[in-house]
Amino acid sequence: MQNGICGIVGYGSYIPRFRIKIEEIAKVWGKDGSRIAKGLGVVEKSVPDMDEDTITIAVEAAKNALKVAEIDPSEINAIYTGSESHPYTVKPTASTVAEALGAVPCVTCADLEFACKAGTAGIQMCMGLVASDEIKYGMSIGADCAQGKPGDALEYTASAGGAAYIIGKNGCVAKIEGTFSFTTDTPDFWRRDGAEFPCHAARFTGEPAYFKHVIGGAQGLMDKLGTTINDYDYFVFHQPNAKFPLRTAISLQIPTEKLKEGLVVRHIGNSYSGSSLLGLARILDIANPGERILVTSYGSGAGSDAFSLITTDLLPEKRKNAPNVDDYIRLKEYVSYALYAKHRSKIRGI
Amino acid sequence: MAHLESVPMFWRRMKSLYSLIGVECLNCGKKYFPPRLICPECGGKEMKDYRFKGTGKVVSYSIIDVPPKGLKYQTPYGLAIVELDEGVRVTGQLVGCNLGEIKAGMRVETTFRKIIAVNKNGVIQYGYKFRPEGYPRINNGEKK
Repeated sequence: MQNGICGIVGYGSYIPRFRIKIEEIAKVWGKDGSRIAKGLGVVEKSVPDMDEDTITIAVEAAKNALKVAEIDPSEINAIYTGSESHPYTVKPTASTVAEALGAVPCVTCADLEFACKAGTAGIQMCMGLVASDEIKYGMSIGADCAQGKPGDALEYTASAGGAAYIIGKNGCVAKIEGTFSFTTDTPDFWRRDGAEFPCHAARFTGEPAYFKHVIGGAQGLMDKLGTTINDYDYFVFHQPNAKFPLRTAISLQIPTEKLKEGLVVRHIGNSYSGSSLLGLARILDIANPGERILVTSYGSGAGSDAFSLITTDLLPEKRKNAPNVDDYIRLKEYVSYALYAKHRSKIRGI
Repeated sequence: MAHLESVPMFWRRMKSLYSLIGVECLNCGKKYFPPRLICPECGGKEMKDYRFKGTGKVVSYSIIDVPPKGLKYQTPYGLAIVELDEGVRVTGQLVGCNLGEIKAGMRVETTFRKIIAVNKNGVIQYGYKFRPEGYPRINNGEKK
């Protein structure tokens, strides 16, 4: 695919307003909350309302993306939703999103799953369709109401949120210079069919899984494009916690200043498929025209998709059309563990 | 409550529930939600779809403690009569704010939420609810 032929025409984010502090979760399981929060680099995480799920989050993010893009929903001819918490096992999230946006019926829709990176896989699919002129605009959404078993390490970070991206050729707020994927069969995290909560291989999720693929994806893209760390103003890596992306930055000798603006995990936790895409949205919310961003997602199982972006002159004006990530981070209401358990249907019998 | 489990009934109301689509009388211009086949105002039979903006103000509200089937775990919640900016009054649940922040006259906008899922194996019914206008750029129900 020719570099820079398509880009992001609009983007939108959504984060539920409820929060639970890491210390509140730790208190229930007899753990040292401040130590866990410090170790993860995460203070609190977002919690969906009783009537929110991956579909409602995807719709809200998609509506914000449409506002930024300033296009008619009927012009979107492909919608992909990446998630590991689709409300239905059989029946697409994407068709409900398309109906709610008013993009039906001339649109192809599909749900994707690749742990936390299905949303970026959808962006690559849209890029192919747009670049080949099969469609004018395509939308990919990464959204989750992330599952974490009570008492498991995942419960401290598994949160809710999502971001939507509209890909097209004209009116771009950021041009996509190129993409590169790095994938192997690495069973670091999984959820079997019918299982309520995911399982993971503890420390195995680090070195041979997250770090190998994220670094492989980011370095592979820079090698492909002939760019170096110095060519980029911002970096975004998938954020299961704040520790992993910071360690990745150190490994690649990236100054932490280029990473910290996109570390939304500190405030909202790990929204799985929404994670790296919300980090990118945070950067697009503050970036100046002409700045370069390297974003690399990670999905357990395992793979990474890396993208090199350069922002355009249209970004500052168009992004004013919708709420930004910080607006959602600021609006928050804390809940107790008991209320959190109710919201997440963790109480038996609900 | 058998009607809540009727998939065809939900499907027929989908455009109204998802996108607040009503009708406008081509003869007198009067708008209706939910859609009507005949205009009660002028008797006109030619109606076209009209997508309401979804913004309006709370006319009256109630806090629901004893809900219909399927909403048990959402209580207590606010239910409001909202006058849309086009002049039509609709009923909807209020979310995105604390119950104490709800008041008559407050500006609201639609949001997309789960309305009801009667059982774990049934169809999930989505649709509009209302939240403070300008969400999430709000503070205690007031715009910043």
